[in-house]
Amino acid sequence: MKSVLSFFSAFSAPQNTGYSFNLVGRVGLVIILFWMTVAVFGTWLAPYPPGEIVDWDYLGPVTSKFWLGTDYLGRDMFSRILLGARYTVGIALAAVVLACSLGIVLGMIAAVVGGWFDIILSRLLDAFNGIPSLLFGLVVVAGVGSSIPVLILTLTAIYMPGSYRFARALAVNVNTMDFITVARVRGESTPYLIVREIFPNILGPVLADMGLRFVFIVLVLSGLSFLGLGVQPPNADWGALVRENIEGLSFGAPAVVFPSIAIASLTISVNMFIDNLPKKIRDRSE
Amino acid sequence: MGQSLTSLFIVIQVLKRLGIAFLTLIVVSFAVFFATDMLPGDVAQILLGQAATPEAVAGLREAMGLNEPALQRFFGWLTGLTHGDLGTSYANNMAVAELIDGRLKNSLKLAGVTTAVSVPLSLTLGIAAAMWRNSPFDRAVSIATISVISVPEFMVATLSVLIFAVWLDWLPALSFGADVSSFVDVLRAYAMPVITLSCVICAQMIRMTRAAVIETINTPYVEMALLKGASRWRMVLVHALPNALGPIANAIALSLSYLVGGVIIVETIFNYPGVAKLMVDAVATRDLPLIQSTAMIFCISYLSLITLADVIATLSNPRLR
Amino acid sequence: MSKQSHVSVKDLHVGAETDSGRSVEIIKGVSFDVPPGEIVSLIGESGSGKTTIALSLMGHTRTGCFISGGEIRVGDNDVTSMGERRLSTFRGTEVAYVPQSAAASFNPSKRIMDQVIEITVIHKLMSRSDAETKAVELFRSLGLPNPETIGTRYPHQVSGGQLQRLSAAMALIGDPELIIFDEPTTALDVTTQIEVLRAFKSVMAEKRISGVYVSHDLAVVAQVADRIVVLRDGEVQEQGKVDQILYTPTHQYTKDLLAAFEPVPHAALEIPGDAEKDPLLEVHNLYAGYGPMKDGEPVAKILKDVSFTLKRGRNLGVIGESGSGKSTLARAVAGILRPYKGYALFHGEELGAGVQNRTKKQLQKSQIVFQLADTALNPSHSIQSILARPLAFYHEMRGAQKEKRVIELLDMVHLPSSIRHRLPGELSGGQKQRINLARALAAEPELILCDEITSALDTVVAAAILDLLKELQHDLNLSYLFISHDLSTVEAICDDVLVMLKGEVVEALPANEMSRKAKHPYSRLLISSIPQLDTGWLERVDADPVFAEQMANR
Repeated sequence: MKSVLSFFSAFSAPQNTGYSFNLVGRVGLVIILFWMTVAVFGTWLAPYPPGEIVDWDYLGPVTSKFWLGTDYLGRDMFSRILLGARYTVGIALAAVVLACSLGIVLGMIAAVVGGWFDIILSRLLDAFNGIPSLLFGLVVVAGVGSSIPVLILTLTAIYMPGSYRFARALAVNVNTMDFITVARVRGESTPYLIVREIFPNILGPVLADMGLRFVFIVLVLSGLSFLGLGVQPPNADWGALVRENIEGLSFGAPAVVFPSIAIASLTISVNMFIDNLPKKIRDRSE
Repeated sequence: MGQSLTSLFIVIQVLKRLGIAFLTLIVVSFAVFFATDMLPGDVAQILLGQAATPEAVAGLREAMGLNEPALQRFFGWLTGLTHGDLGTSYANNMAVAELIDGRLKNSLKLAGVTTAVSVPLSLTLGIAAAMWRNSPFDRAVSIATISVISVPEFMVATLSVLIFAVWLDWLPALSFGADVSSFVDVLRAYAMPVITLSCVICAQMIRMTRAAVIETINTPYVEMALLKGASRWRMVLVHALPNALGPIANAIALSLSYLVGGVIIVETIFNYPGVAKLMVDAVATRDLPLIQSTAMIFCISYLSLITLADVIATLSNPRLR
Repeated sequence: MSKQSHVSVKDLHVGAETDSGRSVEIIKGVSFDVPPGEIVSLIGESGSGKTTIALSLMGHTRTGCFISGGEIRVGDNDVTSMGERRLSTFRGTEVAYVPQSAAASFNPSKRIMDQVIEITVIHKLMSRSDAETKAVELFRSLGLPNPETIGTRYPHQVSGGQLQRLSAAMALIGDPELIIFDEPTTALDVTTQIEVLRAFKSVMAEKRISGVYVSHDLAVVAQVADRIVVLRDGEVQEQGKVDQILYTPTHQYTKDLLAAFEPVPHAALEIPGDAEKDPLLEVHNLYAGYGPMKDGEPVAKILKDVSFTLKRGRNLGVIGESGSGKSTLARAVAGILRPYKGYALFHGEELGAGVQNRTKKQLQKSQIVFQLADTALNPSHSIQSILARPLAFYHEMRGAQKEKRVIELLDMVHLPSSIRHRLPGELSGGQKQRINLARALAAEPELILCDEITSALDTVVAAAILDLLKELQHDLNLSYLFISHDLSTVEAICDDVLVMLKGEVVEALPANEMSRKAKHPYSRLLISSIPQLDTGWLERVDADPVFAEQMANR
């Protein structure tokens, strides 16, 4: 396995410095892009309208007419999964972008400014540590009811503290480096330090963290929908699709399995991509 | 003299952690109460339905004490909790405490069996994977654990149902469906939920254990042991593992905290009569006292496990000695 | 009586895999012999491959490296063809290793005695009580305090120097024929180094064990080795008996190494005009410390009543060992740390306590350069932007003028202008330190605070930096406050020297008078502890009664 990977990286890494991006990472990226495209253009790609009953054979098998079988009402699963991508990917993406933007900005400020701001904010967000994610989602939906904005905001609230903690830890590390001291002694202002000196150095890890958080959010969102508390009918994200078709489990209907496979393909490919991110190769032998 | 000072320091650190946990608990209980009781949505209106008259709604509000100021209701609830008075369920008109009692025992049984199965298995696999790092065995373990962690728990559940119940027909798909007269029946009934939960927990535990052991194997003192002529077994068992115990215990506690989330999905999908299923049903019926109490149980368990992991990490920090 | 052995290395090749998966040779055909009972030293700078060669004598390579050719014989054993099982019986019994950092090589959770006798346990050489008795004897002959009881302690309870000697005991317990020392005194203070060296030398001589001593410090090597092998980039440059290498070297690289060791004593800068101008920097009764304030004073008090004066064009050196407060002094002067008592004047004007209390001009005129160039340069900024920032910040330069000035600065520190497009991660240690200097120069300062700027560099590279400093001072009329732990470096560049001990100044003299006129016992200790490039120095030091008395008090 290793020689295959180095074979490919030798192809893509010219001479001394360059980017090496191995096969596993590329496959991950392709799948991610595929689902992103589907999320945007899904309705035009679907062979059947997702809400329309097209067959009397509910929970039907895979056929050439219905590529992924039919659901519990007789609707085409393939179309429903394509549309489901819009909800799963869309909601998760919105939540992760919100959560991480907030978390990163606040984390960097807390690291550099320190003092009361840091202490109070950190303690407050640490309290969120005590609530398991799924539970928090459950409780909020119980109180407020479920809608797309509520889902996005709840997911943001759950995952922002983690992003804050991570960004802050990275920024604190960078803050102790001598080049920050040099800039301080020069008389540089705090915003300059944050934006120009610290942020470029945490960008890489923070983006990787964002990717991982995206995976967590997809899983929790699917879990909530599976419990009936996420995306409500007639709309359905992939978790809700599993929920609707759960009766088919006892005889192995494709309708139950394929939405899960869709989720797995998205989350595993994000993991694959992040684990094998393109790395700038510095050939230390020279 | 130095020894007792360090012991005192350690005790203070642990007490600090517990103190923080307690404060967190207060904040969490406030969050739970706030989310269920203070957010918009008139509870009385929901319970009586659209057809109710405004007077009936107002009357119900008065009877339920919903017109009292929010903070007062919060403290009332909190004091009730500490006295064991968990309120009365809206949907079932029974004391919440009674409802929870039996179910809690069931959930604890499930958690207990899962822990007993997954901890030994994970430790063995994790340590073995670390010892034979980068071998085909290790790679297979890594791929398996990453796959399990990346997918939703209901997928693990549906897959295990498909494999064991539908295709192989070894086990019943739903637990507690048929009679549970013999021991074998009990085993069969428990098997699916335990298998599902164990898969999820094991994946986390194996990864964390493997990472902890690899970190101790990569230290200079283990390399020194190699240079003294120690065998691979000696390096790991005598030198690496004793120093990895702390991080491993931490990993176990953290992984068990995933039980709290996993059990919600598993009890739902297998119809297991535990406290998580109770809570999910309560959410569907907006049964607030029930939701609040069950949520608190989960939060307390979760917080305890996280704090335990924290305390273990503090105690095992070699710099404290 | 230990056996005699003969170690021979023939045409050793070691390869390594780089980041990009290519295979690179790091040891390119090295050959040398170790006659029985002699100590051969492998000397070279970092990256020369000396540790790799030393480890390969035990059949061990670090991750990613592999022996690709050649033959290594230790006694009757062909190390290169041994399997893993044979290697593990070989290690500890016939060859033993003394690591560079003893503190890291001891398991923090096991008692010292258990680890020292571990070789006897692994290889079942003798009973436990016999092993412990032998260990105590070894402790005694290595000069360790409390030999009977030191084994019951844990590693964190003994000092660095003691741990280093304990690791020697750990190596000797199996009665090996060959011991490999991997820079064992590098991490120690100069004064501790002497005790350890003495202990090693006496034990090795007594048991007639062969040794391979890896080091980058020629003076240390001169004390212990019988032969020297000079390495560079994985190749042997020169080898021979100690006296021949030190006094009649033939290879140019060896000559360069030796030259770096004999620094040219500093000639004071000639200042035109009247000599008694306003002093550049005056420090009066400075007290500084760290930590939260209690009653107006910080909890951890470091500097006590420090005063000195520095004139334009002159250099002041501050030396002391770790914990003496010298870095704290640099930080206090730079404004990073606020002193809690005392004050400083710059050109006669009061210098604010912290950075916020100083004028932009004051900040500009005094610049600080740090020891570790890795952390002093922002890894995500190109050299161009690192140098351009102070130009824009202090002098408001823009565009073409700024670009031109960057090239000028690079020229001043003797770096090619093409380097400005690179990132710091692509530069060597010496190059990074030059960029550090260039950045300080960009501000057009009058005073540069050098905080141990050569301590992390190899001797040859460090000597080049010192030459550069002298050149810049001459061209730009600079003054340096030079912090170091190495007296010879300070003597090479400074006019005056301050010796610090536990936060106080114990001696203040012109540099050229230090050896003669230093009065404080600690200064004398420091001066005598520095190994000279003279094979008989250690014995002479031992014989000096005054010195012996000092050491006994430590």
